[in-house]
Amino acid sequence: MAKFTKKKDGDLPAVSTASLPDIVFMLLFFFMTVTTMKDSSLMVENTLPNATEVKKLEKKDRVIYIFVGTPTREYQKVFGTEPRIQLNDKFANVDEVGSFILAERAKKPQELQNVLTTALKVDKNANMGLIADIKQELRKVNALKVNYTTYEGDAFNNLQ
Amino acid sequence: MPRRKGAPEVNAGSMADIAFLLLIFFLVTTTIETDAGLDRMLPPIEPPDTDVVIRQKNIFTVNINKNGQLLVEDGLMDLKELRKAATAFLENNADGSCAYCKGKKDPASSDNPTKAIISLKNDRETKYSTYITVQNELVGAYNDLRNREAQRLYKQDFTVMEQDYLNPETPSSVRDDLKDKVKRIQDMFPQKLSEAETSTN
Repeated sequence: MAKFTKKKDGDLPAVSTASLPDIVFMLLFFFMTVTTMKDSSLMVENTLPNATEVKKLEKKDRVIYIFVGTPTREYQKVFGTEPRIQLNDKFANVDEVGSFILAERAKKPQELQNVLTTALKVDKNANMGLIADIKQELRKVNALKVNYTTYEGDAFNNLQ
Repeated sequence: MPRRKGAPEVNAGSMADIAFLLLIFFLVTTTIETDAGLDRMLPPIEPPDTDVVIRQKNIFTVNINKNGQLLVEDGLMDLKELRKAATAFLENNADGSCAYCKGKKDPASSDNPTKAIISLKNDRETKYSTYITVQNELVGAYNDLRNREAQRLYKQDFTVMEQDYLNPETPSSVRDDLKDKVKRIQDMFPQKLSEAETSTN
């Protein structure tokens, strides 16, 4: 009766990992479709204020970003602690905003050049003086469509 | 003796590792959020050719000082009251030409929604967060009124209609239909929010 030897106790069958690649690929495709590439790293503090009446910024190719805020700690030695403007990957002065917008606009295809939006990503602790200067520069180059980028949330939380 | 086994099987054991590597790469280099914010139009820099005379009662002035206090129509106001005050001003309807307004018809306030202008001024030292809160409340006043009319006419919120209209994934037949509706509501309460240049003192 050696043919019918009992299996040893505690001998679990191995879990099949054959479908693991499929699962991981599924996750991969999910993340590839719902996310977008980061295009510039932030060099300023950028805690946006909250607002409720927001509109989504569709179509990333029609948006030009301007970041404003105090420089992050590693840049504070060089650039100080006053709010600064970040255009692409470098700090800039107010008078460079106009030429930056024009340069970015020239990079876009012809048919998009008139429908561009400027997204102002401004730290909530910045002062309006700097924003007013930026707005004035934008008006000079006729980039009139702006979007004050915010988080969605109760606007009264800003005041605390 | 010829071998009849065919090609040897490729070992797929490391497939998971490769996929994980890709997954981690995409997790690190991408961000998940889509941006949202308050859309505004700046005034063109060249002044209009013709001088438009606007009567003082049609202008709703909002002034923010550097401490974040509001001066609304020459009186101090709490931020929480602003939306209500702006709504009352917009649909005041003093000349009675706006059939859908529910305002008080106060002769000292705006004539009708198409003439009503909100003027927002701020100090250079005003904090950005306060400014956004005020903007949010003023846009909210417009949206409240527009939503009310859209509910009455189309049984739908204006903000939802506008979002669908602007969303590129909405089928174009629906968008054409929405276009007229959105336009009509916008004409009922045109958004006239003027941002004067910042005062220096």
